[in-house]
Amino acid sequence: MLSSLPRRAARQLRGVAAPSLRGAARPLSTAPSDAPEEEPETKKLTMVAAINDALRIALKTDESAVVFGEDVAFGGVFRCTMGLRDEFGEERVLNMPINEQGLVGFGIGLAAVGSTAIAEVQFADYIFPAMDQICNEAAKFRYRSGAEFDCGGLTIRAPAQAVGHGGHYHSQSPEAYFAHTPGLKVVYPRDAYTAKGLLLSCIRDRNPCLFFEPKILYRSSVCDVPTGDYMLPLGEAEVLSPGEHITCVAWGAQVHTMARACERAAAEGVSCEVIDLQTIAPWDMHTIRDSVQKTGRLLVTHEAPLTAGFGAEVAAAIQDACFDHLEAPIARVCGADTPFPLAFEKLYLPDELKIYDAIMRTVQY
Amino acid sequence: MVHVSEFDKIYNDAQRQGRISFYMTSRGEEAASVGSAAALQPSDMVLPQYRELGVFFWRGMTMAEIANQLCANALDRAHGRQLPLHTGSAERNIIYVKSTLGTQCPHAAGVAYSLKQGGGERVAICYLGEGTSSEGDFPSGLNIAAVHGCPVVFFCRNNGYAISTSSSDQYAGDGVAPRGPAYGLPTIRIDGNDLLAVVAATQRARAIAIEQRRPVLVEAMTYRIGAHSTSDDDSAYRNPHAPEQGWDSERAYWEARSPIIRFGRYLQSLGWWSPQMEEDLRKATRKQVIKSLNDASAAPKPNNAYLFSDVYDEPSWLQRDQEAALNAHLDKYPEHYPAVVR
Ligand SMILES: Cc1ncc(C[n+]2csc(CCOP(=O)(O)OP(=O)(O)O)c2C)c(N)n1
Ligand SMILES: [Mg+2]
Repeated sequence: MLSSLPRRAARQLRGVAAPSLRGAARPLSTAPSDAPEEEPETKKLTMVAAINDALRIALKTDESAVVFGEDVAFGGVFRCTMGLRDEFGEERVLNMPINEQGLVGFGIGLAAVGSTAIAEVQFADYIFPAMDQICNEAAKFRYRSGAEFDCGGLTIRAPAQAVGHGGHYHSQSPEAYFAHTPGLKVVYPRDAYTAKGLLLSCIRDRNPCLFFEPKILYRSSVCDVPTGDYMLPLGEAEVLSPGEHITCVAWGAQVHTMARACERAAAEGVSCEVIDLQTIAPWDMHTIRDSVQKTGRLLVTHEAPLTAGFGAEVAAAIQDACFDHLEAPIARVCGADTPFPLAFEKLYLPDELKIYDAIMRTVQY
Repeated sequence: MVHVSEFDKIYNDAQRQGRISFYMTSRGEEAASVGSAAALQPSDMVLPQYRELGVFFWRGMTMAEIANQLCANALDRAHGRQLPLHTGSAERNIIYVKSTLGTQCPHAAGVAYSLKQGGGERVAICYLGEGTSSEGDFPSGLNIAAVHGCPVVFFCRNNGYAISTSSSDQYAGDGVAPRGPAYGLPTIRIDGNDLLAVVAATQRARAIAIEQRRPVLVEAMTYRIGAHSTSDDDSAYRNPHAPEQGWDSERAYWEARSPIIRFGRYLQSLGWWSPQMEEDLRKATRKQVIKSLNDASAAPKPNNAYLFSDVYDEPSWLQRDQEAALNAHLDKYPEHYPAVVR
């Protein structure tokens, strides 16, 4: 069956790690829409520097913005808030006592009366003490007051996902817990460029947003990032590379692992449509649906455990929307249903080869 | 304390050389863990934070045992699943370390309540840093323990820092001790670098916990001489100013007051100790530590079957199916997983 598939050059997928900026960046421009858009000035930045840049722009363009979290004053344990205290002062860049529910609750309060609250939770694994504040408070603030109040000005940043040696509590991907609570937006960048644009969108969005930063990319993702102010749309997936035989969906660092698997499959003549979901909640069902109606096959992969991971939601909705188009069962390649283990990280993770194998099984079904 | 100190040096370096994934020293705080452990009975339950290596040694955990955990090898009883120093021992009544700050505080109240119900003369000791005292679980633990008369000693190591955050950014009041009386706990603040003070205060706290069936709070004032961990560069934030004139830096001031130096001097004044004896002890200990590292590094890695065990008491069909699928995958692509132990 495979031999009947057209051969595709692996080259097609190469651009995934650092997608072309042309047309993708949306600088905030006051120029009239019929004026030719100028190519934005860019700089090679790491994801840490891009996030730092976004925070600086947020503090500069919005006088009410406050950045706070554990250890943020000296620059944060991952250095994302470096230099901000010197530039914007002690009153706008705050160290927080170690108390996640407290600092998130503080952010809800700030946002409830109109300030812009940019919280850092030191690791996504430590967001759970704040679960009540996030799921029962932030998520319901607007609904329960008939929109008289909201805390849309709240954004919570947290480093997430595997890093190679993080063990149980420096590795988790908790997106599904929060995607299960209506009222929250949940976002994952895949590189420095999307990190800056999506973070600025989260900060300015009128809903509480969780922004999970794949910590393994902090220094390894380097790409051209516009130096100015730009936002990337929330709620929109991005097709990174078009393909014919199977739609492959991931987010965060897993986009890169998946793209490598797709390259491997391309060498076998399988053409994959590579999609970065980017926003987990509310997710872009339509882009995935359109893609699957074309390819007839879907694979979703995430680091979080398989059971009740967000892949389950994608699979359920797509089988509903695309039942007549599907030529194979939807494949999920995910973390194991275990805690995140230090010694077995390589086996736990949905690695390139597991994804490749699932792609091949799906197209050969 | 010298054991802890030499162990810290070798394993901190081992992390730098890539031989272990992570490490945290107890430098300057050895008296807090060793002294408090010495004041307890082996049957007392320990709920550690993560900087309590001295407790592990005092309870009889061997260097080899700890080394196996640090190297995440097949001999580690928890099968290499957790970060270095995140260990424990059911046999020695030490509940496992985890990274989540403060959660041990309400656990300690529950453990102590159960020990009280059991009728014996056992207490729980709950360690926490001053940074962790800001977590909601700390006052929760204090309050529940006080309301229900739980025999637990909350032992706070106030070492001045929580990663980069100095205690002045952690609380605006007078440290952690005043929170004890607020919740109804007999409380004492001690010089945590004075080994004998730590022993005496913990003994007394234990006695109150047993005799009066109530929790006690101890705040041991000490100083974190080392970086927070091997992931941390403390030069980016450490206060350069000494608390008194005559010292080059805050750290130099505290190094001169480290518990090993102070207790050594005290022993010398009694004629029981000398710098030569300390040097000999350090040398002998260092040898032992290096041997533990070499042995643990040479041991095989844990079998991958331990990825799926212990999630539940018995694996569910999910773990069983996923294990079978993983094994089939490894059979199909063996050359891609050379390091896997099956
Ligand atoms: C719930 C939670 N939040 C944040 C962290 C990250 N973190 C690890 S150690 C630490 C500092 C703790 O300081 P302290 O309690 O004073 O202990 P010390 O390191 O000084 O011994 C922080 C913030 C964590 N492990 N758990
Ligand atoms: Mg501390």
